[in-house]
Amino acid sequence: VSFDGLIEAIIDGVLTGGVYALMAAGLSLIFGVLNIINIAQGAMVVLGAYLSYVLSVHLGIDLFVGLLITAPAMFALGVLLEWGFMRRLREGDRTAMSILVTYAFAIIIEGVLTKIFSSDYRELSAPYVNNSVHILNFYLPVIYLLGFAMAAALLGGLYLLFFRTKFGRGLRASLQNRTAADLIGINVDRTRMIAVGIGVAVTACGGMVYGATVAFNPDSGYDLISRLLAIVILGGMGSIGGAMVSAVALLVLADIVAVAWSPVWSVLVFYAAILLVLSLRPNGLFGARAVRAQ
Amino acid sequence: VSASVAADEGAAAAPPGEALAGGAGRRIGASLVAAIALALAILFGLVENGNQGNMSIAVFALIFMASVSAWNIFSGYSGYLALGHAVFFGTGAYTIALIGTDWHVPAGWAVMALLPVCGVTAGLVAIPVGLVALRTRRHTFVVVTIGVFFIFQTLATNLAFTGGTTGVQVPFVSWSFSVFNQRFYYVALALVVATVALSWSVRRSRFGLQLMAIRDDEERARGMGVRTARVKLAAFVLSAIPVGIAGGLWAYFLGSVYPQSAFDPLFDIALALMGFFGGIGTIAGPLLGALVLESLQQYFTQKFSANGLYLIVYGSLFLVVILLMPRGIVPSAAQWIRSWRTQRAGGASKPTAGADVAQVTS
Repeated sequence: VSFDGLIEAIIDGVLTGGVYALMAAGLSLIFGVLNIINIAQGAMVVLGAYLSYVLSVHLGIDLFVGLLITAPAMFALGVLLEWGFMRRLREGDRTAMSILVTYAFAIIIEGVLTKIFSSDYRELSAPYVNNSVHILNFYLPVIYLLGFAMAAALLGGLYLLFFRTKFGRGLRASLQNRTAADLIGINVDRTRMIAVGIGVAVTACGGMVYGATVAFNPDSGYDLISRLLAIVILGGMGSIGGAMVSAVALLVLADIVAVAWSPVWSVLVFYAAILLVLSLRPNGLFGARAVRAQ
Repeated sequence: VSASVAADEGAAAAPPGEALAGGAGRRIGASLVAAIALALAILFGLVENGNQGNMSIAVFALIFMASVSAWNIFSGYSGYLALGHAVFFGTGAYTIALIGTDWHVPAGWAVMALLPVCGVTAGLVAIPVGLVALRTRRHTFVVVTIGVFFIFQTLATNLAFTGGTTGVQVPFVSWSFSVFNQRFYYVALALVVATVALSWSVRRSRFGLQLMAIRDDEERARGMGVRTARVKLAAFVLSAIPVGIAGGLWAYFLGSVYPQSAFDPLFDIALALMGFFGGIGTIAGPLLGALVLESLQQYFTQKFSANGLYLIVYGSLFLVVILLMPRGIVPSAAQWIRSWRTQRAGGASKPTAGADVAQVTS
């Protein structure tokens, strides 16, 4: 492996890691607020990619402009998921049941997409998707740079929303103690609903960048969700900062494995990370809250 | 006849709710056994009918009845939701394909003799998987089983000895078309009977009680002296073995093994769906769930073969089951019948009760 190849793998890993961080942050947020593991997050990313595909191919809307339509649509889907299903699960076994419910959601999304688009691979295209810029010795695809910039901006926005607004304070309060939050006048149900909506809405942005960087079909959600789960477990469930760090770390590692060994095995980095973390610290990286819930 | 009347009256004298609940429970159990016998008879009729399409539906249904019953031994009794049993199914499938080709086993009944080996390999795989996964609790455990599943799928796709995406061919059986499905049907039926016997004996044993204590309150069970880690691992391995055998049988029935079909995420979710549909933790529930859902799915696939449609139906059905009957058909029905009986007994005055007895005796 050449030194330049290694550096390029690291840069690619950091840039794609930003987008994965955004998608994983959504997953982590949903878990943190509701103790729900959204297995459908991967399928929702793919759904977001298809929505962008429809808008750009059939209506000629630019990929980034199209997000103004797809992100609210995915937000609505998240609200529906919370209001229609999650709220109705019993508190005691909600986490286990939510895995089944969201798995069913993932299957339905996959079925609908297969029915409409068949299982052929698609790719998003735009002028900036196929171009790359020459910096020092490296050719960086423009979409990677734009995707990373957008992910960084959105993650920054999420941070401000959580730590600098009244809504964010209410959200963090209901995350810490539902009953107490209720008592001091926070509308916990509405806060949770919006949080799940935000957690799902980020998949529209993640899906657009994902669809512009790799070919996808309705089946791609499975590969995605296993990566996202690995990121979230490594970063500590419910922790958005942890998700960001571990997303970048895992993608850099995966890209190095792909360059040094074979792209085929790079995906194993994610699974190896899950197993390593869990056999060393079964609860450690999950944060105190999750441990207490068990 | 008069003795039975006396017994009935004796039961009526006992605290009404308790006696009725016990009696109703026994009767529900009996009627369930009858329902399953009836269902098996229908399946048998399909097989004897000679329609090859129906026969293969019956074989698939039986393979899933065995798999869900086995899954239930761990997930149903211990309350730990495992979503990675396709690992054992695929291990069994690859075992029979690889051993069958490498050992040059003559096709026919000789390959069937390899089925126990599939159970052994699945059990051996389950030990390390269980050791890692069972270090975690509840929902983390679910995520880990999903992760382990994807590791195995990736390995099966990319390792050299599994044949990669082209898969492996299982020795071809030269049985004539007319007896092919029938023979597989009987082997699958034997597997179902054996698995149900295993599930039943676990449920009635001290081991089963320990599992159910873990399901109810794991810390308490440990406080009471249950060696939870050991018990959970034993149940996990025990539940993997029949699933491995089912995978081997399935591979032999289809004739070839591919990573995407042997390690199928839909298999993972199918076991949970069928289990929840019928009622997890019961003996009859998994059988009923697998029988209804797998037969339906096979029928739809044969009839329409529209690939996306059955995913939609499957997912929607799952949502409905979880939201409306989170405990499954069997427990919900049992509760419904019980409350109906209590209501009727509570509302009834003396004379009608006497009329009931008269009806019983006549």
